[in-house]
Amino acid sequence: MRVPMLTFLGLMILGVIAEFTLDSFVQLMLIYVLINMILGMSLNLVNGFTGQFSLGHAGFMAVGAYVSAYLSTLFPDLTGGMGLVTFPVLALLGGLAAAFAGYLVGLPSLRLRGDYLAIVTLGFGEIIRVTLLNMPAVGGARGFYGIPGPTDWDLGGFVISKFLIGYAQAMFWVVACFFVIWRVVRSAHGRAFLSVREDEIAAEAMGVDTTKAKVRAFVLSSFFAGIAGSIFAHYANYLNPASFGFNRSIDAVIIVVLGGMGSLTGSLVAAVFVTLMPELLRPLQELVGVDVRMVVYSLCLILLMILRPKGLFGSKEVFELVRKYVRKTS
Amino acid sequence: MSEKLLEARTLTMQFGGLKAVNELDFFVNRGELMGLIGPNGAGKTTVFNMLTGVYQPTTGEVVFEGNPIRGLKPYQIARQGLTRTFQNIRLFRDLSVIENVLVAGSHLARYGLMAPVFETKNFRQLESEQYERARHLLDIFGLEGKKDWSSGTLPYGEQRKLEIVRALATGPKMICLDEPAAGMNHKETHNLMELIAKIRQEFSLTVLLIEHDMKLVMGICERIVVLDHGVKIEQGTPQVVQSSPKVIEAYLGVDEA
Ligand SMILES: Nc1ncnc2c1ncn2[C@@H]1O[C@H](COP(=O)(O)OP(=O)(O)OP(=O)(O)O)[C@@H](O)[C@H]1O
Ligand SMILES: [Mg+2]
Repeated sequence: MRVPMLTFLGLMILGVIAEFTLDSFVQLMLIYVLINMILGMSLNLVNGFTGQFSLGHAGFMAVGAYVSAYLSTLFPDLTGGMGLVTFPVLALLGGLAAAFAGYLVGLPSLRLRGDYLAIVTLGFGEIIRVTLLNMPAVGGARGFYGIPGPTDWDLGGFVISKFLIGYAQAMFWVVACFFVIWRVVRSAHGRAFLSVREDEIAAEAMGVDTTKAKVRAFVLSSFFAGIAGSIFAHYANYLNPASFGFNRSIDAVIIVVLGGMGSLTGSLVAAVFVTLMPELLRPLQELVGVDVRMVVYSLCLILLMILRPKGLFGSKEVFELVRKYVRKTS
Repeated sequence: MSEKLLEARTLTMQFGGLKAVNELDFFVNRGELMGLIGPNGAGKTTVFNMLTGVYQPTTGEVVFEGNPIRGLKPYQIARQGLTRTFQNIRLFRDLSVIENVLVAGSHLARYGLMAPVFETKNFRQLESEQYERARHLLDIFGLEGKKDWSSGTLPYGEQRKLEIVRALATGPKMICLDEPAAGMNHKETHNLMELIAKIRQEFSLTVLLIEHDMKLVMGICERIVVLDHGVKIEQGTPQVVQSSPKVIEAYLGVDEA
């Protein structure tokens, strides 16, 4: 547990630096980057490591977001320092709800070989969105207002900002997600996932319960999608079903494909790219006057896929490639 | 002393209009090295697929250690101790050599999903045992030095060997080898057969062997079943099979024509 803890503390120092150097819009983008990192890494577990194809990650994110948001409105006074304790717990509950949804969706569809999962998850994402649109208890189409979230925490003159508390909680889950997936993949459980991706028939013949492996990967993946949803809900203080449409699922798939199927660090890098790209292209759009963002965005993607068809990092991690490069040049 | 480990009872496999295997009866005694031969398309691989649960037999039953196993999933059959290799090599190509072996033992490593996350003592111990065991198995087949290679980059002959190592790692009582020497030269084949004899001893294995090379099968198998067009046309010792007119007609005749 020492390595994850130190990693987290190191990244918190960066958070403090970001607190004093970045303006609030960039800080918000940073939180969104962290959320997308969790989405990307968790989807990579299914689409990259286990070789299945899920298209409904936004649906599980929505389940986590709405469940944890709803629960938090039952305990409205969650401001200030309390948030450091309560938000991780709420995130955990949101994650568990999403994991349960993942189990219900995964069990029937993962029994079957082939592309059923893509179709079922696609449908699931839409069902969740439409259901939320028609649920007045959580705002329906109007959106879900007034969700408690981190606020500035005044320690007698010394203020810890909303950003820093939000950053701490998002970063905590990024680190948790990374190390959980990293270590599970390097265990017997994870090797079962990989064998399913490589050759399902051979995996079965070698004693791997492939259905169980797939469901496990899927449930764990949904869990972290729910966590990402919860962080999103409490930081934005507002939810709208439109935020969890097909586009968000596609964004998650793009992160996985760009970064490389089976490369966690690849997903981290690609999450930065996918989150910031549209923003970086905004000036160009103002210059030309038409909406070129999506066009340029797609062109970048196509180019990348031509130059590096297996994603930025293939199935390798960033430091493996660096090590290889260093060995080659020295 | 000759106790039946595996028994196939009137196994039939129908693919549309084709009876790939037709009412096949045979048994394998514990500890035996038995051959399954027949010309191309005779239905040998289909028999393996039925025994190991890849195909559901159209009719018939498979009994392993006295228990019916027809209808069980392949992984359940593997865990009961009946495993196989594949004629058309099915390694986990993008995984390393040792990972291929580790996958096959993964059901023997009993720890929870969160054990690796917290790197519990139990996890570390079981994991190091798994690695130790995998290295030992690779060592028998001279693959230990290549344990970190991507398995898809191994030379062909070594891929075939790795298939056997991987099957061994499941901890089998019986192993079905589907043309393990296919594509190997004479020397490699000879070497492989010695290895098979060795693991048979070391792990007290029962072996069912599909092999095209008639001489080879005659040389090492204790009993042989001959299939032709899905039907068993002969069985018995190599001498019996060798001198059977039906076999000569169906198999040797075709082969040498
Ligand atoms: N899944 C399948 N669907 C349809 N037909 C099949 C299937 N599998 C095998 N067959 C057919 O069944 C027959 C027996 O095939 P099988 O692979 O068992 O032969 P074999 O004895 O292993 O041959 P070889 O020596 O070439 O490996 C062949 O005619 C084959 O085309
Ligand atoms: Mg065959």
